[in-house]
Amino acid sequence: MTDKNSGLGRRQFLGGAGVAGVAAAATLAPVAPANAQAPAAAPSPPPAGYTFFQPQEALFIEAAVDHMVPKDELTPSGTDIGIATYIDRALSGGWGKGDRLYLRGPWPRGTANQGYQLPLTPAALYRAAIGGANEHCRKTFGQTFDRCSAAQKETFLQELSGGKITLAGGLPGRAFFGMLYQNVMEGMFADPIYGGNRDKIAWKMIGFPGVAANNAENIKKYNDGRRFAANPVGIADMS
Amino acid sequence: MATKLPPVDIVIIGMGWTGGILAKELGPTGLKIVVLERGAPRSPQNDFAVPYIRDELRFAQRNDMMMDVSQDTYTIRNNPSETALPMRRLGSFLPGEGVGGAGAHWNGVTWRWPDHELRIRSKYEERYGKNYIPADMQLQDWGVSGPELEPYYDRFEYVAGISGKAGNLKGQIQKEGNPFEDPRAREYPLPPLLQNHAGQIFWKAAKDLGYHPFIRPTANASQPYTNPDGMKIGQCQYCGFCERFGCEANAKGSPNITVIPVALRNPNVELRTYAWVTKVLKDSTGKKATGVLYVNVLTGEEIEQPADLVIIAAYQLSNVHLMLVSGIGKPYDPATQSGVVGKNYAYQAGAGVTLFFEDKSFNPFIATGGWGTSLDDFHTNWNFDRAAHGGIGGAYITVGGSNGRPIAYRPVPGGTPQWGSEWKRAVAKWYHSAVSISASASVMPNRVNYLDLDPTYTNRFGQPLMRMTFDFRENEHKLVKHAAGIIGGIGKAMKPTRMGTPTPRLSWSVVPYQSTHNTGGAVMGIDPNTSALNQHCQSWDLSNVFVTGASAFPHNSGYNPTGPVGALAYRMADAIREKYLKRPGLLI
Ligand SMILES: Cc1cc2nc3c(=O)[nH]c(=O)nc-3n(C[C@H](O)[C@H](O)[C@H](O)COP(=O)(O)OP(=O)(O)OC[C@H]3O[C@@H](n4cnc5c(N)ncnc54)[C@H](O)[C@@H]3O)c2cc1C
Ligand code: SF4
Repeated sequence: MTDKNSGLGRRQFLGGAGVAGVAAAATLAPVAPANAQAPAAAPSPPPAGYTFFQPQEALFIEAAVDHMVPKDELTPSGTDIGIATYIDRALSGGWGKGDRLYLRGPWPRGTANQGYQLPLTPAALYRAAIGGANEHCRKTFGQTFDRCSAAQKETFLQELSGGKITLAGGLPGRAFFGMLYQNVMEGMFADPIYGGNRDKIAWKMIGFPGVAANNAENIKKYNDGRRFAANPVGIADMS
Repeated sequence: MATKLPPVDIVIIGMGWTGGILAKELGPTGLKIVVLERGAPRSPQNDFAVPYIRDELRFAQRNDMMMDVSQDTYTIRNNPSETALPMRRLGSFLPGEGVGGAGAHWNGVTWRWPDHELRIRSKYEERYGKNYIPADMQLQDWGVSGPELEPYYDRFEYVAGISGKAGNLKGQIQKEGNPFEDPRAREYPLPPLLQNHAGQIFWKAAKDLGYHPFIRPTANASQPYTNPDGMKIGQCQYCGFCERFGCEANAKGSPNITVIPVALRNPNVELRTYAWVTKVLKDSTGKKATGVLYVNVLTGEEIEQPADLVIIAAYQLSNVHLMLVSGIGKPYDPATQSGVVGKNYAYQAGAGVTLFFEDKSFNPFIATGGWGTSLDDFHTNWNFDRAAHGGIGGAYITVGGSNGRPIAYRPVPGGTPQWGSEWKRAVAKWYHSAVSISASASVMPNRVNYLDLDPTYTNRFGQPLMRMTFDFRENEHKLVKHAAGIIGGIGKAMKPTRMGTPTPRLSWSVVPYQSTHNTGGAVMGIDPNTSALNQHCQSWDLSNVFVTGASAFPHNSGYNPTGPVGALAYRMADAIREKYLKRPGLLI
């Protein structure tokens, strides 16, 4: 299976769509669905190093993403598919610094229906919360999160997601978990140009064909319960 | 001190669907028209290009085409007893920003709201008696009837290139259309979209249950099309990057490829982007608008643009905010139920259930924004006996699914862990094989669902944010519980391997996306004591101010809003051109 869809350049793609109404879907020949039991191929490694995470934070993040997305027959570990790198880049970029986030006060706690109400950018929340998480794990399990056993990690994450943990400084653990979980999903499933989902591994895992999507013909062929499968195409493949 | 520009004839605030329609319709008058749009310019060629536009993270998660809430947002609470807090991130709804407004990235589902919605109070009183309407439900007629709106629905559908099947042609019920719709003069401009396998299974189950399924009408063109203005629309590619994205195939009937470029062919129509209107200005009598104040957000310069006529077309929420900060019409007070601006804010209620079919693949990424197989037996069907369930309004039911974009779309059966290998296996197993049935339900006005100015929080210009007090009330609870039962019954009849529990939404949260179907706040009607606008959506107080959009809706149906939003905009344009410009003043 090769990932480069050679010949599926932008020009050719555009030529097939639009007003003329002729689908270019034929350029995307269906392939057999990936065998879910085959061992997951090792992707090219993410670039080493972080732009936001300090060493102790990096240990936490890598441990968290590897626990949530473990290496198994479906994918390599979360870190190996770039999820930690993805989160790092998101936090050092505009999103982490509070793009599209209203940050003026006052900041009363609010109800669950009122959504996020902390005075923190995502980057500031991660910084405070990772420190708080390790402190909590040290108190509860005698070691930082990354050194905890799988069972301890599981307990911690379950309690964090269930709103049972308040982190140092009064930070609601669930607010941090909500953001972390969303970012893990983004790092796993977003287009690989953002640093995660390396080699489109998560798209292959589920059979999402990616960004080449001229389906005017496919809808006629695949409307009887049969599966449409194609090598996924990412933004980089078409650029 | 604001820079004062030479006066123009007409200022339009906002260049989305309705601003585009008004600019296009009034352009041929030759009058000097300036459209002020607070967001960026957009060219479909560049902004909607592939692969750039097919970026789920950027456009669907980070909401790149929508309102930037770091600059301006709304405060929210469920009840007057709570302190409203700012919507710090977009969630429940996604107001558009930039040329095309929300129309640039809408789904396209386009409905005709029937006569019994437009004359809602009269119709329910007539059928169920006056006492059927609860005292705190400020139900009122719109002041326009179904037959009056029919030609305008028609115009909007032909301009946007709607694909669908008529259910009632001049009184003749049509096979495979929606039999409950009001009579229409002619067919849709395009045949309906194709159905996917989920739609077929739903169709059969619904038929077996005695319901009336049909393919939902939408602005995703089933075939290449040229609209009455000569604008070309391409064929929909079922690309699955529709809602929240611009369309690379030019197949989505959006203002960007229809009314806006046509409007801008008139040399007398000028579009100024990055022009954020902060206020509509009034003269010393307070009875006439003199123009608007805006900020060029590229330079920070404050500018006064005098105009004879001001059309507010800034989307429902911004419309009401502009009226409140400018003092156009008396603000609504829930304690006394007096005043008009801000009253009858509504949204949409609903219920949903997910089904899993072990042996089937539905290819969720082969999808369009608006497609779906729907039924209206418990909504537009006037013969559906509401008394048995105690509600007003109803819910339409759809099996659809606009995409398979995996950051957000990863259905797994209940009880699946949230992470780990077991979670991954479930995602991989069910990604292709899930179907969701949803019910979209009406929201009736309520005394304490309203909009006003927040006492605490401000936007980038120091103006008070608008405060939204809203929750689903008793009527909505009745509707969604009933709808949950219906979708559960259809779900079972579809014979899935597994099925979740049909879940009604009982309380409104700002967090998950629900719909950008906000309505009310500057409602139209026949009485200045109960409505901010008259039947032509002209301000009762300032006759040279007209207001477009769903802010004029006195209640919300289960339907998506843009059919009547478009129709009312065309009707307003006719009234301005044929009547107002000849004899400026109140049209009623
Ligand atoms: C994701 C999504 C999906 C949708 N799907 C559907 C659907 O399937 N069916 C349906 O019926 N409807 C749908 N809608 C709703 C539909 O898009 C709106 O009903 C429609 O666009 C409203 O038209 P409008 O002209 O009132 O507002 P818009 O089209 O939003 O235009 C308003 C414009 O005003 C500008 N503006 C706002 N404030 C100011 C100011 N102070 N100064 C200057 N400019 C300003 C905005 O930037 C915007 O460009 C959807 C909306 C969204 C966001
Ligand atoms: S689904 Fe169709 S209308 Fe929507 S963006 Fe894709 S091609 Fe355009």
